[in-house]
Amino acid sequence: MSTKRFRLTRTHIFSAFFLVVGLWIALRAPGSFAPDTISKMSVGLGPEAPLWEAPTRAVLLAVAGLYMAGGALGLINRWPRVSFSVLLLNGVLMFPAILIAAAAGKQTNMLTMLAESLRLATPIVIGATAGIWSERAGVVNIAIEGMMLTGACFGFITFFFLEPAMPDATNTALFIAVMVAIFSGALMSLLHAWLSVTFKTDQIVSGTVINILAIGLTSFARREFLLSTRAGRVTLPSIEIPVLSQIPIVGDVLFNNKPIFYMMFVLLIVTHVVLFYTSLGLRMRSVGEHPQAADTVGINVFFTRYRSVIISGMIAGLAGAWFSLETVGGFDDLMTGGRGFIALAAMIFGKWNPAGAFGGGLLFGFADALGTRFQILDVPVPPQWLQMLPFLTTMVVLAGLIGRAIPPAADGQPYEKQ
Amino acid sequence: MEEKSPEVSSSAEPQPSVARRISWGEIGPRLVPVLAVLTAVLFGGLFMVFSGTDWAGARAAFASDGLGGFVRELGPGIGKAGVAYAAMVEGATGLGYIDPSSVRAQTTVVVLLRLGERAIVFLPGNLVATVVRSTPFVLAGLAVAVGFKAGLFNIGAEGQLYAGALLAVWIGFVPALADLPGILHIPLAVAGGILGGAIWGAIAGFLKARTGAHEVINTIMLNHIAIRLADWLIKSRTPIILLDTTASVPRTPFIAASAEYPRLGDTPLHFGILISLGAVALVWWFLYRTTLGFELRTVGANPNAAKYAGMSVTRNLVLAMAVSGGLAGLAGAGEVLGVQHNLPPGFFAGVGFDSIAIALLAKTNPIAMIPAAFLWGGLLNGAGLMQIRADISIDLVKIIQALIVMFVAADQIVRVIWRIRARRQEEEVIFSRGWGR
Repeated sequence: MSTKRFRLTRTHIFSAFFLVVGLWIALRAPGSFAPDTISKMSVGLGPEAPLWEAPTRAVLLAVAGLYMAGGALGLINRWPRVSFSVLLLNGVLMFPAILIAAAAGKQTNMLTMLAESLRLATPIVIGATAGIWSERAGVVNIAIEGMMLTGACFGFITFFFLEPAMPDATNTALFIAVMVAIFSGALMSLLHAWLSVTFKTDQIVSGTVINILAIGLTSFARREFLLSTRAGRVTLPSIEIPVLSQIPIVGDVLFNNKPIFYMMFVLLIVTHVVLFYTSLGLRMRSVGEHPQAADTVGINVFFTRYRSVIISGMIAGLAGAWFSLETVGGFDDLMTGGRGFIALAAMIFGKWNPAGAFGGGLLFGFADALGTRFQILDVPVPPQWLQMLPFLTTMVVLAGLIGRAIPPAADGQPYEKQ
Repeated sequence: MEEKSPEVSSSAEPQPSVARRISWGEIGPRLVPVLAVLTAVLFGGLFMVFSGTDWAGARAAFASDGLGGFVRELGPGIGKAGVAYAAMVEGATGLGYIDPSSVRAQTTVVVLLRLGERAIVFLPGNLVATVVRSTPFVLAGLAVAVGFKAGLFNIGAEGQLYAGALLAVWIGFVPALADLPGILHIPLAVAGGILGGAIWGAIAGFLKARTGAHEVINTIMLNHIAIRLADWLIKSRTPIILLDTTASVPRTPFIAASAEYPRLGDTPLHFGILISLGAVALVWWFLYRTTLGFELRTVGANPNAAKYAGMSVTRNLVLAMAVSGGLAGLAGAGEVLGVQHNLPPGFFAGVGFDSIAIALLAKTNPIAMIPAAFLWGGLLNGAGLMQIRADISIDLVKIIQALIVMFVAADQIVRVIWRIRARRQEEEVIFSRGWGR
């Protein structure tokens, strides 16, 4: 604080929030839960899985205490580092605390919860990676939602027609379908690049055009080709990775899963390495930060941007395949349901870095999984509220917690060759 | 120099002087939006030809008769496109070339020119339906345009429509207000609609101004939240909030008669049409004739300059989003008070994107919003008849709409196709900028 004058900062808002929530829990918990209520949290499957029996009331009161302490600490405006860490811990603690309160007197599986979070995070993380590719080169890509939708639709249509043609090779058909999904995402991104790089259309407008176009194209295509969707919805098979899947507890969650789930990790690592350890990544970033300078040293700005946007579209198409080919085994209108935009929020949350985007994606995946878990645990909360969770999380995260995220300097600016 | 950098207001920069040509060179640039629509319609026609052609037959004809045979095989597809567009025009404007005796007995038909069995007719009902359909789009388009003027991209019209409609419908049916005279009840419900939308919009404006959280993401999130909030408020049975328990489908109760917009005789034309036209004039006056509007546009054109001139960027961003949301809320209220008289869940699906398209089509000009909205309402209204007559999915209209927005936004494509000279500088419209401020 350089000035003496009191300024309402984000820390204050969050501190006050936690103070109020802590007080509320402290007041409500003794009345809501009997002293001997126990939340059973199992870790892993089967009867031998370790079981943690948490006394609901005591744990919640402890959390409430920590919340109030953190809130008070943040409000008195001293030891900013300490109060920041406590507030961050408070934010992280919110999820297990909600889960423990929801599981009062019942049993819930922490590991399933983790697996669900990771699974639901997949399209968001992959979508965020797609965003990183495009935006690091200076092209804002709010069309990820549309590219995902296109990938999901045309991937599934391909499978729909291939499956009867090759009854003995369903997996090959699925593989080709995923490739088509990637390709159709790339076509959409080519349009985005054409509009925003060549014609220098406002990139957000161009992205919106693609989002609208994708809605029209996919629902048109669905009615033309897919009206008689058969039952027996086939999805991509699980692949068990030998040795690694035998690791106790996490092995089954992480290494006995579906291909696009694995691709999430591959893409994260590849994106990180390419961005920060190759000349290609350096060129991309220079085009995204200062295209004039990049042009001066002989980097082809247009080509670099086209390439990045098309790769971005391919990745978004893969994320689309997650919906239709890996999860549902069918295509419905608007099936991506805003996940592309949440992916963008995850990208901003992660400050345009793959690792951060993974963290952001996981947060939204958790919020999503929590909604489902609540319904299983029969918590008396309207389902619509639970469906709001990921969207509310996005807004809260964007507004606070991480400070101002700084995009690549030339993000959103068309480049005009001198 | 950079010609179109979003950071810099380009109007200050020198432009190469454009050699003036009379006729096409003069009129052409003004026709760009019209030509964009025309181009999109032509592309949509290609889609219909594509889906209406028997491609196996065409290939066989090409093999046997060469190109001539191929073209002949395209005939049915082209005919289908013709039928489809004729049906669309008839559905949208009421002008059709049909057998007058084929229409239902209760429909009004004006025969303009009889040509044997068929006749060129005018069906006033269709035109009226289009006008009613377009009414909310005028307001929603204005909402997005006001955002654009302040450099904000408001994708959240849909959520703001819900917020406004929810409050308006509640004021409309709540028993405590049912005895109010219409002269008080209607303004109250309208005010509720404006307030609901304004609050919903201002949230995004406030977050943008205070935390830098981008309004594109936040308005989309607010859309999803509003949709689920409306769904819950309308469907919830424990407790019952807005649900009409006597209805067979989930919806709110009907509003009191005193809260309904007055109608013109027996027609569906309602008072909301006048409100929309009034809003166009009011927004134009606000943007171009008031200090507040000037500040708002300055913040949109160049926030740094605005800050140096002593304008509060924060206040203007919140104000812009509140005005924008208020207009969208007014649109939502108008649909409830003038047309539906209750609110089912999912009522406004897709309006958000439509309103963006209309704002872009009108190039954020308030007065141009009226024809743009009419076009939109016409497309949507004509789509039904198109589907019946030509057996083409309604979704084709969405594709045509997306193409219209594309050609309007990237008008260079249209200029290349129709050979129109480079843009003149005053036509520059700033829509939005990247993630930063």
